[in-house]
Amino acid sequence: MRRVVFIALALILIAGIMPLTACGGGETTEEYKIGAVLSLSGHGSSLGEPEKQTLEMLEDEINSRGGIDVKIIIYDTESDSTTGITATKRLIEQDNVLAVIGGTTSGVTLAMLDTIAEAEVPLVSLAAADDIIQPVEDRYWVFKTPQTNTQVVERLYQHLQSEGISEIAIISATDAFGAQGLAALQGNAAAWGMTLVADETFDPDDTDMTTQLTKIKGLTPEAVVCWGTNKGSSVVAKNMKTLGMEMPLLMSHGIANMDFIDAAGDAAEGVIFPVGKLPVAELLPDSDPQKDVLLEYKSDFEALYGEGSADTFGGHAWDAFMLITNAIQDLVDAGQEVTHATIRDELESAHLVGISGVFNMSATDHLGLTGDALTLVEIVDGEWTVAGQ
Amino acid sequence: MKALLRPRVKTVVLAALVILLAIVPLLGNMYYTSVLIVIGIHAMVAVGLCLLIGYTGQVSLGHAAFYGLGAYIAAVLSTTYHINPWLAMVLAVAATAVFAFAIGFPIFRLRGNYLAMATLGLGIIIWILFREVEGVTGGQVGFSNIAAPSIGGFAFTSDFRFYYLVWGFCLAVMVACQNIVNSRIGRAMRAIRDSESASQSLGISSVLVKSKILALSAACAALAGSLYAYYVGFIDPGPFGFLFSVRLVVMAVVGGLASIWGAIFGAATVRLMTEFLHPFGDIDVVLFGLILIVVMILSPQGVTRGLADLWRRVSRRLVRQAR
Amino acid sequence: MATWQLVQYVVTGITVGSIYAIVGLGFTIIYSVTGIINFAQGEFVMLGGMIAFSLIGLGLPVPIALILSIGLVTIIGVIFNLVAIRPARRASTITLIIITIGGALLIRAIAGLGWGRGAVPLPSWTGDEPLSFLGAYVMPQSLWVMGTTVVLMVAFYLLLNRTLVGKALKAAAINRRAAALVGIDARTMSMISFGLAAAMGAIGGIVIAPISYASYDMGVMLGLKGFVAAAMGGFTGVWGVFLGGLGLGLAESLAAGYISSAYKDAIALVFLFAVLLIRSRRLLAGEEGT
Repeated sequence: MRRVVFIALALILIAGIMPLTACGGGETTEEYKIGAVLSLSGHGSSLGEPEKQTLEMLEDEINSRGGIDVKIIIYDTESDSTTGITATKRLIEQDNVLAVIGGTTSGVTLAMLDTIAEAEVPLVSLAAADDIIQPVEDRYWVFKTPQTNTQVVERLYQHLQSEGISEIAIISATDAFGAQGLAALQGNAAAWGMTLVADETFDPDDTDMTTQLTKIKGLTPEAVVCWGTNKGSSVVAKNMKTLGMEMPLLMSHGIANMDFIDAAGDAAEGVIFPVGKLPVAELLPDSDPQKDVLLEYKSDFEALYGEGSADTFGGHAWDAFMLITNAIQDLVDAGQEVTHATIRDELESAHLVGISGVFNMSATDHLGLTGDALTLVEIVDGEWTVAGQ
Repeated sequence: MKALLRPRVKTVVLAALVILLAIVPLLGNMYYTSVLIVIGIHAMVAVGLCLLIGYTGQVSLGHAAFYGLGAYIAAVLSTTYHINPWLAMVLAVAATAVFAFAIGFPIFRLRGNYLAMATLGLGIIIWILFREVEGVTGGQVGFSNIAAPSIGGFAFTSDFRFYYLVWGFCLAVMVACQNIVNSRIGRAMRAIRDSESASQSLGISSVLVKSKILALSAACAALAGSLYAYYVGFIDPGPFGFLFSVRLVVMAVVGGLASIWGAIFGAATVRLMTEFLHPFGDIDVVLFGLILIVVMILSPQGVTRGLADLWRRVSRRLVRQAR
Repeated sequence: MATWQLVQYVVTGITVGSIYAIVGLGFTIIYSVTGIINFAQGEFVMLGGMIAFSLIGLGLPVPIALILSIGLVTIIGVIFNLVAIRPARRASTITLIIITIGGALLIRAIAGLGWGRGAVPLPSWTGDEPLSFLGAYVMPQSLWVMGTTVVLMVAFYLLLNRTLVGKALKAAAINRRAAALVGIDARTMSMISFGLAAAMGAIGGIVIAPISYASYDMGVMLGLKGFVAAAMGGFTGVWGVFLGGLGLGLAESLAAGYISSAYKDAIALVFLFAVLLIRSRRLLAGEEGT
């Protein structure tokens, strides 16, 4: 019938539009293209936005400096696996990027792995899950810059142990971030002598956790560990204050930006969490190798985007960008060809003093960070300070 | 004369379409190929929804759940229990269809708004189950390393091979649905949509027929879901929630609420809008909202029907002027 | 199983339930006059909170910002009715459902683009010092929520039954043509009902936001749960919505407290199915739910 004809014609027409997505061939002189797939919308967007801003800032910086020229192409994954996959393929196929940075979230990254392996393009992920880079034999092309959840949990438990605390209650978000954190908390509890007296969950979009906390309060734990990102965690902090729960409240690196303090207000006081060193960069001793790098990033970023806006998620993107561009620079300096494979090899032996820590990549470790990339931060008077000082 | 030409024109155009589809992967462009794979998978889910809305006059706001059930059942059976992926897919489709049929009976006693909310609730409950039954589904952390189907030694692991697999299924599903619509059941479906009480007086059990249609549309969705699981190799509850259910409604609206082949158009439009609007963040959702409102006001049968009608009127006027 | 815990659960349940009732009232107003389920109702709540936040950020004194926010959201509700609903008023139920879903998508996406995705705080009306009650703690804002809900319920009841406008609304709901014969224009009634529902939603938003936060997607779950409350009230009764909302809030709170927090959202859905099942029997006997 007529409608079918119309539909078929329309589809043929659409087929003609596809080539428009190909980037216009004429490239200027040696411009090195790096792709990024980030969560600019959807539930990962509060992480994706600072990542994008960081990459754009660094692109300008490196291009104005002379030396190699870099072009960053960023696509939004919408925090959706399917969109992440097609975006990655677009970067590789249409835009001919040398390497890919992303995804912002673990779910999207894991969905991209097959594509990366098949296309043999190096990937530096900005997500937390351990199995992004493990088992290393199956992750030849994949690297990541954020600390693993296990490392974060160990830092947290180390602190609790030193405070003589062993009975803790956990309240975690039901999203992927919270679920991974919970798994890490449960998995490492025994090794640090921790007893989990409660295991509550909350929907990250929920606006009231009083019920779960009431339950926890009744079990009188020595400390409460909350694992989630800003929104839900700020409510947990506020509710705990309302209920008069005075025991220590520890959180995850998911709250490492000013939004948490803004949303939680007074309730943020005294919250302790393990995180990369960026929030307390000014307070570090001068002997810390990261201090200069951190302060420079902070001042550059905040000059562009506002006071107090720099956070560790943007920092992961900084690390990824620097790892890749350093690799390219080294190859160029040594007169070697810049290909997917040579960049990957350079990445595997990379050493970088970065924002998330000091990286020492190797063939068996595609993250390259140790536990002391993390520091313990406490919120005092609405500001970040180093815990225990 | 025109009457004689029409069926031939349709066949020619459809054949051209099939040829075009067959050529794409040969271009060797992994981006085009993967986008079309996604469109093919989504079209299969959308066609079920089109049938449901268009022919029974009922809406489902939780259709992504059937898509997810197909994906998870196929993934778990093939990977955790090492069942042959083809068999796992068949089982996934069958189980989902049976479930949909069974749930049809209590649900179709409702009408209009209440029915819509019931489907919404059902979709959410199933999504919560995907998230909470971690032992089986992997919960929010996800389910990895899903096996790929193969025939003999020929494994469907590359985009190129998967493309033909998906589109083979997609076209087969379209043809099957076309046949069903033209069959006795199809007539019953239309009778119910046009007048429920009249058809009931003729002895057609509306709840039974509607449940069958729901089962059919769920089967299509489950088939698409298992293919999705095999394609990506990793699933988490993300793609199977309310947001995707709404997107399916957009696809159905754009494609035409009673249209079968239009589902491909709807799926293609929604997907391509997302691909093109990448640099602009969430603008595609704004447009989806606008599309839903504008299309339903101007052309409640969906975009393709509306435009086809428009075309007919314009061409008739041109013919008249030519005389 | 301490008493104070039970009290705490009840307090939380009533607070949250009150909000569900306010949202549900918005659904009820529109449905009873027009027969339409407004899927965008939750978004009116969100807009109330977000616009208030922006106005406060502009430097306006809080009470003025709140009232202005309600006014603006009311206007948005009216515009939505004029632009999206009025042209389609003769359309089928599904068409209208899809239109209001489209409206919800549109409003939410624009809010996300405009305000970003983060959580924004609103100041509590009378401070944050929790009050002690039978061993449990109550935020002053919770009392405001409960009080506001009661006031709105009473106000709406009076509006419907004691004022001319209210009677006109009821008349249009019962029989459109007959109402037209006595000079009541169904389209105007529809517009008024949307405006009222939007105002109601906005009030809900500004009263609940200080307890937690406001954000661009806060309307989704609130909308769903408000719908359940309205369904329990049969979409026509003020007191049904009130009790339905409270019941839902209490059930959620007690279930999460005594059974498991993981399935908290599922409670609302179970209620939903129960209500739908019960109502479906009534539907077969009489009207169609359309």
